[in-house]
Amino acid sequence: MTRRLKGLLHGALVPLVVLAVWEACSRAGFVSAIVLPAPTAVAAKWWQSLLPAQAYDAATQSRLAWLLSGELIQDAASSLYRVVVGFLVGGGLALPLGLAMGAKPRVYDLCNPLVQVLRPIPPIAYIPLAILWFGLGNPPAVFLIAIGAFFPVLMNTIAGVRNVDGIYLRAAKNLGVGEWTLFVRVILPAATPYILAGVRIGIGTAFIVVIVSEMIAVNDGLGFRILEAREFMWSDKIIAGMFTIGLLGLALDTGVSRLNNHLLRWHRGLEH
Amino acid sequence: MTQIVASKVQKVFRTAGLEVVALKDIDLAIGKGEFVCLLGPSGCGKSTLLNAIAGFSLPTGGTITVDGRPVAAPGPDRGMVFQEYALFPWMTVAQNIAFGLEVQKMPKAEIAARVDQLLGMLNLKDFRDRFPKDLSGGMRQRVAIARILALDSPIMLMDEPFGALDALTRRNLQDELLRIWSATGKTIIFVTHSIEESIYLADRIVVMTYRPGTIKRDQRVALARPRDPAAAEFNELKRELSRLVMAEQQRHAAEEMGMYPP
Ligand SMILES: Nc1ncnc2c1ncn2[C@@H]1O[C@H](COP(=O)(O)OP(=O)(O)OP(=O)(O)O)[C@@H](O)[C@H]1O
Ligand SMILES: [Mg+2]
Repeated sequence: MTRRLKGLLHGALVPLVVLAVWEACSRAGFVSAIVLPAPTAVAAKWWQSLLPAQAYDAATQSRLAWLLSGELIQDAASSLYRVVVGFLVGGGLALPLGLAMGAKPRVYDLCNPLVQVLRPIPPIAYIPLAILWFGLGNPPAVFLIAIGAFFPVLMNTIAGVRNVDGIYLRAAKNLGVGEWTLFVRVILPAATPYILAGVRIGIGTAFIVVIVSEMIAVNDGLGFRILEAREFMWSDKIIAGMFTIGLLGLALDTGVSRLNNHLLRWHRGLEH
Repeated sequence: MTQIVASKVQKVFRTAGLEVVALKDIDLAIGKGEFVCLLGPSGCGKSTLLNAIAGFSLPTGGTITVDGRPVAAPGPDRGMVFQEYALFPWMTVAQNIAFGLEVQKMPKAEIAARVDQLLGMLNLKDFRDRFPKDLSGGMRQRVAIARILALDSPIMLMDEPFGALDALTRRNLQDELLRIWSATGKTIIFVTHSIEESIYLADRIVVMTYRPGTIKRDQRVALARPRDPAAAEFNELKRELSRLVMAEQQRHAAEEMGMYPP
């Protein structure tokens, strides 16, 4: 218990020193509050945007809805929604294609040239086309995020299927399994560590792309909010928004990593 | 009645310009219900021969037939216990054992009963819901054996199945295997390094040579079962086979020395 506390203090040391120096610089007036607001100002702004803007009115809304009506929460929810939908579209298309390309050399030979040409194009480069094809609002954002998530999942799925240890295939054939069972019960689980690594990278990419896409096509979300704050030179709001992006990303990655540990609880690599 | 026939079987591995003759001119006829042990120094081609009979890696020359039909692919009629165990790491012990039965569309209740019985027989009851990563080498080996016993194949190919077990467990499983064998009339080809084990178990011991892998001696074991490893005839046979295997190992060592002069 005390050791855990010690570890916590240890980890908090550097951030606290940085915050203290930063605060001191701002208070001493070395930098203007517009260029770099004090951390206390950022925290105050963050807390303020977290809380509901209007007073509670029992007639028009439930207490929960009211509690969640803060601007920051609404923006985080919008961004998260886009990440999830975009990832599901991109990853959902990449997984079956990757499985087919990994398992069937014919499919691989057919699709690989196109994949290799498209893969290096960063999702950002699709922005003009995305707006042209999908207009404004969520669709272009989801499209860009889907592209960002697609390739990591695809490449890892192909590698996962191709790297299945031949001994498992032998053992399964010895038990008399047919092609479909072999695929579902042997190849797919054997490839899961690779696939999940791809999912993790894909979600990371989706998270980067969502912020960028919100700067062009929509009018809510964390990316939109920090760009909006820039117009008014509200640097405290910009930093509060960035900080929220960091927190949300951390939460998302922790969740995926938990899921990882559960799905791969059989895996030797996770031995404690 | 002969069940497995290998004639003029040859297996040549070519990798990176190097040519290894793993098997050469293997002629072997194994009768239905026979218990045959393959004995020989490491690298002499025992696993290669077993793999060829199982249908994983077909010979580069000669033919192998099982029940009169040439072997072309693996199948559940020839259950194999792999030297590397080859358990599915994402399945628990019980799921590993049940998998082959599910593939055969056996009813669920029957599968559960069979799995329970095998877990008991192989002393794995406490580990039924564990994943292979949590098991010791010997336990993994027992799961691999249970998986093949569950299949109930008429032919069992066992590649050093008891190699990682302690002496007591090993003796228990040897007895259990003999019991299953005599009760079911399965044909068993059993690879081992242990001369004593081969004499304890087999009807026939096939001694192989190293590079090229050929058959040096096809020895019948006429001793009555249960065999007593302390008996005089047992030890006489053991001495003779030791001499044979030792000579083969020495020839191989001398060859290596000749090939790479100091
Ligand atoms: N896939 C392969 N490619 C190239 N050479 C191989 C291959 N498999 C086996 N060999 C060679 O064939 C020979 C026989 O190998 P095998 O695995 O059958 O030996 P073994 O008798 O089972 O040995 P051990 O008792 O150590 O298991 C060895 O010299 C080995 O190097
Ligand atoms: Mg071997």
